[in-house]
Amino acid sequence: MAYFLQQLINGLTLGSIYGLIAIGYTMVYGIIGMINFAHGEIYMIGAFISIIAFLVLGLAGVSYVPLALVLVLLTTMFFTSIYGWTVERIAYRPLRGSPRLAPLISAIGTSIFLLNYVQIVQGARGKPMPPLIQGGFTVYESGGFGVRLSYLQLLIIVVTFALMAGFTTVIATTSLGRAQRACEQDIGMAALLGVDVDRVISTTFMMGAALAAVAGLMVTLYYGVVDFFIGFLAGVKAFTAAVLGGIGSLPGAMLGGILIGLIEAFWSGYFTVEYKDVSVFVVLILVLVFRPTGLLGRPELEKV
Amino acid sequence: MTAASGVAVEKRAQTPLYQAALFKDAILAALVATLLALPLVGMQTYDIGGGALGIRTHLDRVVMIAAAVFVGRLVWRLRPRRHRRAKTSGDTVFSRLAAWSSRQTSLIAVAGIAFAVALPFLPFSSRYLIDLGTTVLIYVMLGWGLNVVVGLAGLLDLGYVAFYAVGAYTFALLARDLGFTFWESLPFSGLVAAGFGVILGFPVLRLRGDYLAIVTLGFGEIIRIILLNWSPVTGGPNGISDIPRPSFFGLPFTRSAPEGVTTFQQFFGIEFSPNQRVVFTYFVILALALVTNMFTLRLRRLPIGRAWEALREDEVACRALGINPTNVKLSAFGIGAMLGGFAGCFFATRQGFISPESFTFSESATILAIVVLGGAGSQIGVVLAAILLVSLPELGRAFAEFRMLLFGAAMVAIMVWRPRGLLAHREPSLRLAQRSRQGLLS
Repeated sequence: MAYFLQQLINGLTLGSIYGLIAIGYTMVYGIIGMINFAHGEIYMIGAFISIIAFLVLGLAGVSYVPLALVLVLLTTMFFTSIYGWTVERIAYRPLRGSPRLAPLISAIGTSIFLLNYVQIVQGARGKPMPPLIQGGFTVYESGGFGVRLSYLQLLIIVVTFALMAGFTTVIATTSLGRAQRACEQDIGMAALLGVDVDRVISTTFMMGAALAAVAGLMVTLYYGVVDFFIGFLAGVKAFTAAVLGGIGSLPGAMLGGILIGLIEAFWSGYFTVEYKDVSVFVVLILVLVFRPTGLLGRPELEKV
Repeated sequence: MTAASGVAVEKRAQTPLYQAALFKDAILAALVATLLALPLVGMQTYDIGGGALGIRTHLDRVVMIAAAVFVGRLVWRLRPRRHRRAKTSGDTVFSRLAAWSSRQTSLIAVAGIAFAVALPFLPFSSRYLIDLGTTVLIYVMLGWGLNVVVGLAGLLDLGYVAFYAVGAYTFALLARDLGFTFWESLPFSGLVAAGFGVILGFPVLRLRGDYLAIVTLGFGEIIRIILLNWSPVTGGPNGISDIPRPSFFGLPFTRSAPEGVTTFQQFFGIEFSPNQRVVFTYFVILALALVTNMFTLRLRRLPIGRAWEALREDEVACRALGINPTNVKLSAFGIGAMLGGFAGCFFATRQGFISPESFTFSESATILAIVVLGGAGSQIGVVLAAILLVSLPELGRAFAEFRMLLFGAAMVAIMVWRPRGLLAHREPSLRLAQRSRQGLLS
């Protein structure tokens, strides 16, 4: 029981991170119907920027941890969202309305470019990050095995849910959110009714990148080491999460992320660590075969 | 028309209002570049020992990047522009080239094959060049194989490398455990890969484009992870080595043969040279690639090939006409997988050593990029893109660390420039009351 609870906590933490990345995929897919393959790399860039921001703040003498965290969060979100904007502007916007495969190849090219860019400017070695938030509390104890919830895990889960709630509100109530929902339903019609489609898409990319940046910051804090290669697998898993939850659906992305995190944690806890990635893909295939729209997705109408 | 619009651009550039807007635009671009470069280029982290990091600032580089972007943006906006007819037609030179290449397929095919056959005997040819040619041909073959799935049937496959891996490992295992030679196991590699293609295809082919893409990507990763972790059989990360080389009708290419075996050079009474094997390997892949090409071109004219293309264009209409989409897609998947398996088998014999490292996602991405960059469905386009993508990193060896960076940038640039691929020019495969022109490559 205790072991189960511990895996549950670990899975929730991991799942929150996947969920944050998955939102970026699902929002972009919902609006322009493409897989933004470079999103995993954006998340990796977010992780790097967060480390650099921590170092700069350390040099500047900011030693109060909550203040440092907030500052790092804001700077990371800012700089990473500019990367998101630039990627959309250079690699995707010229390809709007071209055959479906073209943006995908462009996205893969962007991903290769960003990966090597970070490797060149920051080096190939893993970047260590000393633990910033230590300690935690024991939630439950039985038979000498304590279930620990660290403050960091709590922080990750709380921040994720707060951001999730915030973004849902933005999309449900603001005029930007209304424009985004309009574009998701019918991009041509939205343009005819005076929605600045280019701006909405740019903003969507920036929002997605900002959330991926938060995920990058969380991973930096959680694992304490970042290298230039983390983007690919995290990106694939987050996309899996988005598909699992039903692509285009915001709560679906979050739910999918948490499920993927739980599956991974339980699989490595009870079966083999080596095959934990296989478990994620097997679940994905099963879901798509039996419920192709994902858990919370709407069935897609086939137009003739 | 062209000259007139050129004049118009110059006139526009002279008005002060336009110049101000131009400068504003360039300054904005430079500002974005500064913000992009500031954290990652401007502040380089480095180890200071004891698991801690220090920061080196490179503000000079940030300034240089910003200046370069500013100038680049200005030049880009002021470049002499010709009149643009349609947005997607891109540069007219390549459009004409594409149209020309689709008219002159037999000419290009004959010239290309003649060059490929003559390559090892040309005066400037070297072992390095033949090796490079072999690599290009492997990718050409893979590209043609994937073209069946992506270009003809319109199914997006991001895990094609899985079948390549299955083919390679089938041969490696058959050779290690049962002593098969290359030629004996070639059909088995294809069959096993096709089997995997059908097994994977069966449950997932009901899915639509992008879902299919992500599932195939997942499948590719599953195969790689299994190869990596199933050590007793696959050798894990160490892979399998000592894979036999191909022989020329049973004559091996070695300096000295064991008792009772005649080597190639003994049989023909010539001097031994290590180049003989390299050249022979090159011809083997050339033959395999050409067979692949003829095979797919023939298939394309059979009912099954017509069904693939019809399905790509409109699935609902196909179903209404009584075509079973599952069977048709499954056949495309299986045949594509089989061709990948053949290529994998050749890869194993050429390298003599395989490990899961050779079958990563970036391999799948490269193959897909070759198909799409070349212009999906165009056989010559695949060759052109394979030459480009394989030799680009090779040429870039001079500035080694930047080559993959340029590779990624080139992929984006080509797509933005010609979204339908370099040699995209779609001719209808059937015409009314006119004999269709189809050469060896079309």
